[in-house]
Amino acid sequence: MIEFTDISKTYRVAKRQAGMKHAVASFFSREYSEIHALQNVSFSIDDGEMVGYIGPNGAGKSTTIKIMCGILTPDAGTCVVNGRIPYRERVRHVREIGVVFGQRSQLWWDVPVMDSFDLIRDIYRVDEALYRKNVAELTELLELGELLKTPVRTLSLGQRMRCEIAASLLHDPKVLFLDEPTIGLDAVSKLAVRAFIRRLNEEKKTTVVLTTHDMQDIEALTERVLLIGRGSILSDGRLEDLKKRIPERKTMVIEYQGAPPALHPKMTQAEHPSDGRMTVRFDPSRLSVSTAIAHFAAHTTLLDVSVSDISTEEMVAKLYQEYRL
Amino acid sequence: MKAEMNVYVSMFRIRFAHNLQYRSAVLGAILKGYLWAMMEVLGYLAIYRTGGGALPMEFSATASYVWAHQSFLVLFSVVFADSEIYSAIRSGAVVYDLARPVGLYGKWFCQSASNRLSFALVNCLPVLLLGAVTPKPYGLILPSVTQLAFFVVSALLAFCVTVAVAMLMYVSLFYFISQRGIRIIVRVVTSFFSGGVIPLLFFPKPLQRVIRVLPFAAMQNMPLQIFCGTIRGTNAAKGIVFQMFWLLILILAGSAAMKTATKKVVSLGG
Repeated sequence: MIEFTDISKTYRVAKRQAGMKHAVASFFSREYSEIHALQNVSFSIDDGEMVGYIGPNGAGKSTTIKIMCGILTPDAGTCVVNGRIPYRERVRHVREIGVVFGQRSQLWWDVPVMDSFDLIRDIYRVDEALYRKNVAELTELLELGELLKTPVRTLSLGQRMRCEIAASLLHDPKVLFLDEPTIGLDAVSKLAVRAFIRRLNEEKKTTVVLTTHDMQDIEALTERVLLIGRGSILSDGRLEDLKKRIPERKTMVIEYQGAPPALHPKMTQAEHPSDGRMTVRFDPSRLSVSTAIAHFAAHTTLLDVSVSDISTEEMVAKLYQEYRL
Repeated sequence: MKAEMNVYVSMFRIRFAHNLQYRSAVLGAILKGYLWAMMEVLGYLAIYRTGGGALPMEFSATASYVWAHQSFLVLFSVVFADSEIYSAIRSGAVVYDLARPVGLYGKWFCQSASNRLSFALVNCLPVLLLGAVTPKPYGLILPSVTQLAFFVVSALLAFCVTVAVAMLMYVSLFYFISQRGIRIIVRVVTSFFSGGVIPLLFFPKPLQRVIRVLPFAAMQNMPLQIFCGTIRGTNAAKGIVFQMFWLLILILAGSAAMKTATKKVVSLGG
């Protein structure tokens, strides 16, 4: 159980204009600007839930994760994870959580992966039998095999990320925080990582909180999505419900013979018709797909029709626009 | 407590394995240690030949000091290649350290101690041996058994004091952007006042009175002087108590400072 109540966090950042003159001036007196990374953020996540956390760069995603991990202390509000306040009881708290920061590495660069795993076992005081069982399981699921004997510096990014994820699960955490776990990975590695996370959530009921910019991660993994922008939670709900908030979310492409047909009044043109092709958008709650097809069928010789829903990618871009993020 | 020790032992093991990977660096360090010590001994020889009898240490004692200094150089360097700590602070990867169920002070203390110890283990004995086979009076003279026992205790304490000072420096790096500047200043100050450039006995008398009570005097100065015999018996015991005093103060100060720093730590980006 994760409860986040009215959390605020502000950073103070020194700033100066470019150029020598300002560089010298700032040596003597600094100007600071305040960045409100989080403002009155509240939400709660149940045990065994898998939650996607999205928002543009600098929206406050990592700050939230760091507070939940006990690394940062919020300026106001309270955060309770599994009955503990993370930043007050950091050492006891982190024993029960696993973290992967996609842009950093927790493995020792110059030694084989297995050496890092052994060290993590000792740090978390994982029982030897449990450790062996977990390593065997993770090796199989994430296809680590030979990788474990390889020095980290010689691994590819995808291989390393699989090892990073394994490393954060050696101590059977109840909650797993993934901060951009698929960043920079190729398609195959992404699929492997996603499949693994889903399985982990289903089989071990591990609570997973995931931040990402890859909407396919969200689609593949999470039912519930938290959208954060400029330090506030903008929406909290199912991905499908979020999509419903975009009015014109159906796109229809038709191919026809002869002159371009007239539009139905409840449609808008997305692209100019050319070479017998036309793309239109409409809101399915106001105009049903069948009516739209019937409309064109009545007005022109229809050769082909394809209808698609807005992609999650586009939807998020639209939402960001809507909220002016 | 035992589990805590296990963590530290495994951290040492991983460091040791890491340092052994760089064979040419080890070989280079041995060669450099030997040549540098030889050069210093010859330099002192020139000073002794022209300086007459006014010098505070006998030539053979100075030569031993130089050899021991070069052999244990890594153990007593405040600024050493603790690259993973520097980059953890600089890049923000310290978030991973903070996401572990161990105190950051203990972890980093152990990490930098292991770094120095594992490196010293592979390179200090060869240099000591080379010094011992170098003919008198240029070579190293082994101290008596009692002095050697004092030396071991004092060296261990000096080693811990050195790491404790390094810890204070790491904490300061949370507040400064330029790590390089701090490292240069710390390197110069600590090695100069701990007898890393010339033995403290060579300093002017009034200055010595001040320097001898500073924490730097609790670093390599003490074991090296015990090794070459300029501090003996009761004085050596007193010196060891003095080292314990500073070690305690530095560890208390360091862990308090670390607590404050990590509370305020801001890790932006990523």
